[in-house]
Amino acid sequence: MTGAIDLATVWAFIIAFAVFVYVVMDGFDLGLGILFPLFPKKEDRDVIMNSVAPVWDGNETWLVLGGGGLMAAFPLAYAVLMPALYTPMIAMLIGLIFRGVAFEFRWRVTQGKRNRWDVAFAGGSLLATLAQGIALGAILQGVHVEGRHYAGGWWDWLTPFSVLTGIALAIGYALLGATWLVMKTEGPLRDKAYHLCWFLLFAMIGAIGAVSIATPFLHIQYTQRWFSWPNVILTAPVPIAVAAVTVLLLRSLANKWDYQPFFLTLALFALSYAGLGISMWPYIVPQSITIWQAASPENSQIFMLFGVAALIPLILGYTGWAYWVFRGKVKAGSGYH
Amino acid sequence: MFEGWDAVVLARAQFAFTMSFHIVFPAFSIGLASYLAVLEALWLWTGREVFINLFNYWLKIFAVAFGMGVVSGIVMSYQFGTNWSVFSDKTGPVIGPLMAYEVLTAFFLEAGFLGVMLFGLERVGHRLHFIATLMVAVGTLISAFWILSANSWMQTPAGYAVNADGQFVAADWLKVIFNPSFPYRLVHMVLAAYLTTALVVGAVGAFHLLRDRHLAGPRVMFSMAMWMATLVAPIQIVAGDQHGLNTLEHQPVKIMAMEGHFESHKDGAPLVLFGLPDQAAGKVKYAVEVPKLGSLILKHSLDAPLAGLDTVPRKDWPPVPIAFWSFRIMVGMGFLMMGLGLLSLWARWRGTLYHSRLLHMFALAMAPSGFIAVLAGWVTTETGRQPFTVYGLLRTVDAASPLAAPAVASSLIAFIIVYFAVFSAGVIYLLRLMAAPPHHGERGPGGDVPARAAGITPAAGATARGTA
Repeated sequence: MTGAIDLATVWAFIIAFAVFVYVVMDGFDLGLGILFPLFPKKEDRDVIMNSVAPVWDGNETWLVLGGGGLMAAFPLAYAVLMPALYTPMIAMLIGLIFRGVAFEFRWRVTQGKRNRWDVAFAGGSLLATLAQGIALGAILQGVHVEGRHYAGGWWDWLTPFSVLTGIALAIGYALLGATWLVMKTEGPLRDKAYHLCWFLLFAMIGAIGAVSIATPFLHIQYTQRWFSWPNVILTAPVPIAVAAVTVLLLRSLANKWDYQPFFLTLALFALSYAGLGISMWPYIVPQSITIWQAASPENSQIFMLFGVAALIPLILGYTGWAYWVFRGKVKAGSGYH
Repeated sequence: MFEGWDAVVLARAQFAFTMSFHIVFPAFSIGLASYLAVLEALWLWTGREVFINLFNYWLKIFAVAFGMGVVSGIVMSYQFGTNWSVFSDKTGPVIGPLMAYEVLTAFFLEAGFLGVMLFGLERVGHRLHFIATLMVAVGTLISAFWILSANSWMQTPAGYAVNADGQFVAADWLKVIFNPSFPYRLVHMVLAAYLTTALVVGAVGAFHLLRDRHLAGPRVMFSMAMWMATLVAPIQIVAGDQHGLNTLEHQPVKIMAMEGHFESHKDGAPLVLFGLPDQAAGKVKYAVEVPKLGSLILKHSLDAPLAGLDTVPRKDWPPVPIAFWSFRIMVGMGFLMMGLGLLSLWARWRGTLYHSRLLHMFALAMAPSGFIAVLAGWVTTETGRQPFTVYGLLRTVDAASPLAAPAVASSLIAFIIVYFAVFSAGVIYLLRLMAAPPHHGERGPGGDVPARAAGITPAAGATARGTA
């Protein structure tokens, strides 16, 4: 039994890791899509697209690993959550379709039609982001489960709280996108992105605050997890670290540094994500199904563990290499395209 | 309005629709990725400019097709959860790891090296770039390995047990992965992908030869594609026959549906060439049959008895007309491909390969034949498995999500609108790329935009090598 418990925990961390890598990697390229309407110049848009064109496909693959891994390691959770999140999931997929094809299609058409695919890129990115944020909120607020099935309606996911998490994620991705542009571009484009960073950082701090305040009201368990003695000793460092990273971020922006804003924003994401984990643990469907109840049989989890242990380091290796190949600032008119 | 259209039927329609759109792109990109690797290898080996021009020409087409395959594939992977949640719960412990391995060993490999393949020729050097191309090609094949293993397990489940929660669990992973129909299905599908690509490449070559028979690029691609059709189409027909025998052994009801065998035959079954299967009446109307040939093909004996659907409860019957017709379409395409291959061999021997307008027009007309055959084959195998999701074990009606019909209907309509809007645009862009012949100094993806070159461009490099 202890063996099974350990395995489920290991897999909970692996799925959480895959989803986190997805959030930070696809987060910044979805953020670029959200910021797209603010950069109407063709040259700027070409540079923005070129800054991620060689890597976005790999970024998005982590979403497939998160979903596929969930089905393999926690099939019950996958079977309950996907119908519960039906509409946001369909919306996310449709958003990702428009966003994904825009990377290729906008280079294959004349100027007039290029605007059409620019709209698809921006709209698809925003739709996918809102859907992901709303899905996150819907998971946190819990879903109605009976037996091994989702038993709620197909609009249960839509609440003020899930709308709040949707908007919060859009702000967060936009900040990731803006700091990415500060790192990868130069000249007026970089200046514009830099100014956006200030605005988006304050918006993100506000969003983190709003979600943090709202979450404990969802369930008494969340309140106890965060504020009861002695839990507070373990949970208090999270908001303190958020404050510290925010200060560092403000300083790096004030100094107009290239790289720090992006990586410190990643740190903010990591801390918010850790906060989510603290709230949810050990539930995979909050207040209904724990990771042990949802876990696949031991032999399925062990079979996959070999693959993950051997391949994830390799994947991170060649992904890192691909980023290295396309390192440095992207210049106008000399993109990869 | 949607009378009889319950959530399960709608979910099946959605899966069929999204799958039909999806499968043509991987079928094309599996073949094209290998073709690109061959072209780049030939360029590195011979230094002839025509190969790098062809490489860059097809690379642009690959980029567009691959993008469409990726986005439609993500829809597939999430659809198991949204529309088939009971299936996900019950088979997740077996199917889930196979698909997780597909992501880990194939999708990441393709995606990780795709950027270098598309945009990195001047950044990493020729050899490293070739390795990236090779990795993408290998990734597409590994992907086919895992997804066909998962699909084959649903067709011919093996190596499993059922636990207290009613979930399938693996008893023996090797038996799960290498289940009885998997090797046949994998070979059949990969060959189909190669043929599909060859017929498109051949048609594009033929199209440009019809306008100007002296173009070097179209000559090379036409010749290479026709070799593929000549050599692989007959192999595919043999592989298909072997796959059929395997299906007869493990999924006899599917064969009965494909062959239109409503009635059992004690001493030699006919081969029904054409006819109108009538599911309700339980017979094939206006059947054109060859006596005894059915038994000869399936049992390799003229008088071998063959059981029919009358030995199977009606509630276990697949939709016979669909399986019957889609199978005939696939086989018909296969023989047309072999015909094209043989004709091209004849023309090659006569020395008219680049001059025969008739041959070129035939090859041009065959452009979509691979896609049609792949789609028809997929329809045959998937409808032939009905009414089961996991053959004989889990009924399709028991595998769907507990969703209301309006939810599934809305998402189906949304997918139909989005797919037609997005993918018809994509197909137009593909056709536009194909309408221009590959030319001297062909550039990779991006075309009109100057490349980030540190001096040397691929074409200049090739010319330098070629003249050196």
